[in-house]
Amino acid sequence: MPSDVRPVDEREVSRILREAAQAATPIELKGAGSKHNIGRPMTTTLGLSTGALRGITLYEPNEMVMAARSGTPLSLLEESLAERGQMLAFEPASLGTAAGGEARGATIGGVFATNLSGARRIMVGAARDHLLGLRAVNGRGEIFKAGGRVMKNVTGVDLCRGLAGSWGTLAVMSEVTFKVLPMPEHTETLVLLGLPDEIAIEVLCTAMGAPFEVSGAVHLQPTMVARLEHEGLRGQGQAVTALRLENFKASVDYRKGKLKALLKAYGEIHDLDHDNSLALWQELRALALLKASDAPLWRISTAPSTGPKVVAAIARYMDCSAFYDWAGGLIWLELLPTTDAGAADVRRVIATHGGHATLIRAAAEVRAAVDVFQPLEPGVGTISRQLKAAFDPAGILNPGRMYADF
Amino acid sequence: MSRVILPEPDRAILARRDGIVADLRRLVGGQAIIADEVGRRAYETDALTAYRRLPLAVVLPGTTEEIARVLRYCDQWGIKVVARGAGTSLSGGALPTEDAVVIAVSRMNRVLEVDYVNRVARVEVGITNLAISEAVKAAGFFYAPDPSSQLACTLAGNIGMNSGGAHCLKYGVTTNNVLGLKMVLVDGTIVELGGPHLDAAGYDLVGLIVGSEGQFGIVTEATVRILRAAEGARPMLIGFDSSEAAGQCVAAIIGSGIIPVAIEFMDRPAIRVCEAFAKAGYPDVEALLIVEVEGSDAEIKALLEAITELAKPFDPRELRVSQSAEQSAAIWKGRKAAFGAIGRISDYYCMDGTIPLGQLAHVLGEISRICDAHGLKVANIFHAGDGNLHPLILYDANDADQADRAERAGAEVLELCVAVGGCLTGEHGVGIEKRDLMPVQFDASDLAQQMRIKTVFDPHWLLNPAKVFPLDGRPEAQAKKSKAAA
Repeated sequence: MPSDVRPVDEREVSRILREAAQAATPIELKGAGSKHNIGRPMTTTLGLSTGALRGITLYEPNEMVMAARSGTPLSLLEESLAERGQMLAFEPASLGTAAGGEARGATIGGVFATNLSGARRIMVGAARDHLLGLRAVNGRGEIFKAGGRVMKNVTGVDLCRGLAGSWGTLAVMSEVTFKVLPMPEHTETLVLLGLPDEIAIEVLCTAMGAPFEVSGAVHLQPTMVARLEHEGLRGQGQAVTALRLENFKASVDYRKGKLKALLKAYGEIHDLDHDNSLALWQELRALALLKASDAPLWRISTAPSTGPKVVAAIARYMDCSAFYDWAGGLIWLELLPTTDAGAADVRRVIATHGGHATLIRAAAEVRAAVDVFQPLEPGVGTISRQLKAAFDPAGILNPGRMYADF
Repeated sequence: MSRVILPEPDRAILARRDGIVADLRRLVGGQAIIADEVGRRAYETDALTAYRRLPLAVVLPGTTEEIARVLRYCDQWGIKVVARGAGTSLSGGALPTEDAVVIAVSRMNRVLEVDYVNRVARVEVGITNLAISEAVKAAGFFYAPDPSSQLACTLAGNIGMNSGGAHCLKYGVTTNNVLGLKMVLVDGTIVELGGPHLDAAGYDLVGLIVGSEGQFGIVTEATVRILRAAEGARPMLIGFDSSEAAGQCVAAIIGSGIIPVAIEFMDRPAIRVCEAFAKAGYPDVEALLIVEVEGSDAEIKALLEAITELAKPFDPRELRVSQSAEQSAAIWKGRKAAFGAIGRISDYYCMDGTIPLGQLAHVLGEISRICDAHGLKVANIFHAGDGNLHPLILYDANDADQADRAERAGAEVLELCVAVGGCLTGEHGVGIEKRDLMPVQFDASDLAQQMRIKTVFDPHWLLNPAKVFPLDGRPEAQAKKSKAAA
């Protein structure tokens, strides 16, 4: 691994990138490096960590807005938010953990650079929906800003959206400004046990189509349940289908009653109380159940009702275990190790059913040999390549991390 | 009003007009082309009526493939193209130029597919905003963004401008509700981005395109999220002796953890005009909030009680919780009629800056000072929950001097919004109206990065010309300058 430089301010980032562009030095960008193992392996000669760009620069609880330098640890700013009863509503998942990294130091810049969203994404939107503004340095070493600190802003091209989810291939974010939301006063969970995937996803979609504001909708196959730390659920030894309700207690109680009535045909519905619910959803957010293995791990996004079909189609070719989030629309799929991590089959199934798949965990030589990110249609590929060049003409920022040729 | 300079039309294109019209007829059929002057007049402006330009021709395509043929042709011949929905833009986003072909997508208005299980609908973008909600209403669903013009405006325009509305405090704006797009690139290539799944693969091109003001291509179809409507909704009305108290009340509500679906603000001039027009029963106070919450009857009751308690420290002069559907309608009646009501007594120039909420009282004071200094009256109506201001500067459009002063006052108001940490436009878009103010918010390197992306999608800058980016400093302008210098 190359040695890291740790610029202390934006100007230093700018200088480093200008020099790197002139010398055509490829750079690996990182926050804490928790997601180093995700993406195509790169042959960079320099590492640039945003770890020294730290600190919350703005927090206005009454306006639900916070700004922080990109290298600020997520844990630090979530502590500050919690003191005022607020949170990052999109509850970023600990993706680095799933890829065998150490998630504890994960930075807010890394969260937005990978557009990381957790279970509540189905209700409140993705990470990028909360990104209001940013400052960044492009591959020419030029400092630019985009967006702002207000909730509604349509002034000019929305560069925040261009950068969210670009995996550090377009620019180095130096500061991000984002929307925060109040923490719910009360949380409860409804649990159904032993449902096959198809029926479970039907339950989740039925609940999402009702006016009861479900803020988490997951289904775990038995092999995934067996890895839970939550003893009550692990001990059941069967598939777990869970729906989260949040808000004021009276409201949660009311909606819980309504949902139970709506779903009663699907079998017995168990309650998890507030503390048990927090423990379960915290565990799911940490993706703790995915780190127990070094088998290939895919992250698949598809239409919710298509989720079980995708899993069933892949299961015809190889053994796999699934953890469905987003009412079935997000699948964490673990396969038995093969030479291509199942890429040929996964890609073929996705081509039939629609959606996209990312290989989150596999040995470096496998990630070098297969498409890690979803291959792009030719027209989209052309624009994406040019977009990369519009930010980083010398191709120095995380080159090859997302796609082999740019 | 005519302070914004539009470039001279390309004389070579104007001279070829008859040939271009004949070619377009050949490409999409004569029925789909409007070439006569009377017909073209209907497309010479949008809701920013101070600016008018008669377009070269108007195409009313019926399919994505027809749009692809027209764009490929225009790209080959270097002909500019302006995409248009219903023409309701308040920022001149749909204003044509004399040397441009208008492609109006209004005929492409079908609902292609509704998927209640996955909570998405696929539609052609010429559909009106409200028609999407109407199409799914019977099943209890709706499409969330709700701009005031929703009866007329198209999804095409909403995507172009990333439109918001009164209820986006809870549900987000257009970009938060669009999952996939079919789009024709300037060279006629058709691309599909995203779909019924969340978060498209690769770079977030959907996110870049929504709000790009017709600069990147022509969107023809969209997959949008549809949401299950809450069991019920009810507003309350709170009147205050000062705008400051109203602003502090908004902060107190949001700070408490309650996110209403809408918090609308009106000041005394706006209240009086709306009351005279709509007879909504509004109190004659300095500032008024309409706060709406959603849920079951019990949830609504609890939330409105909580908001009532939160409002009390700010000495509300009037506090009225709707007790019935009729009372709810009455509370919304004046607000919904506001723009029409004010339009009845005066021409107005509608601004759209957004500010940090904490700056509300200061900014309202300054707006009134700025308008006073220009000898103009102003009424303020806006989405308070997210700080998106709509000061309506009143003037007489037949008085060139007043019109000029209104535009100057508007520019000062927007500069103020940026100075306090806000932005030029919260939901109407830059268009031509705010084009020359862009350097107030963005420096040269910010704009250069935005324009490089424009160039990726539209290498010869043929799409929606003369909008969004100041004319000086554009790559095309630089190219011309350097040629002249050589």
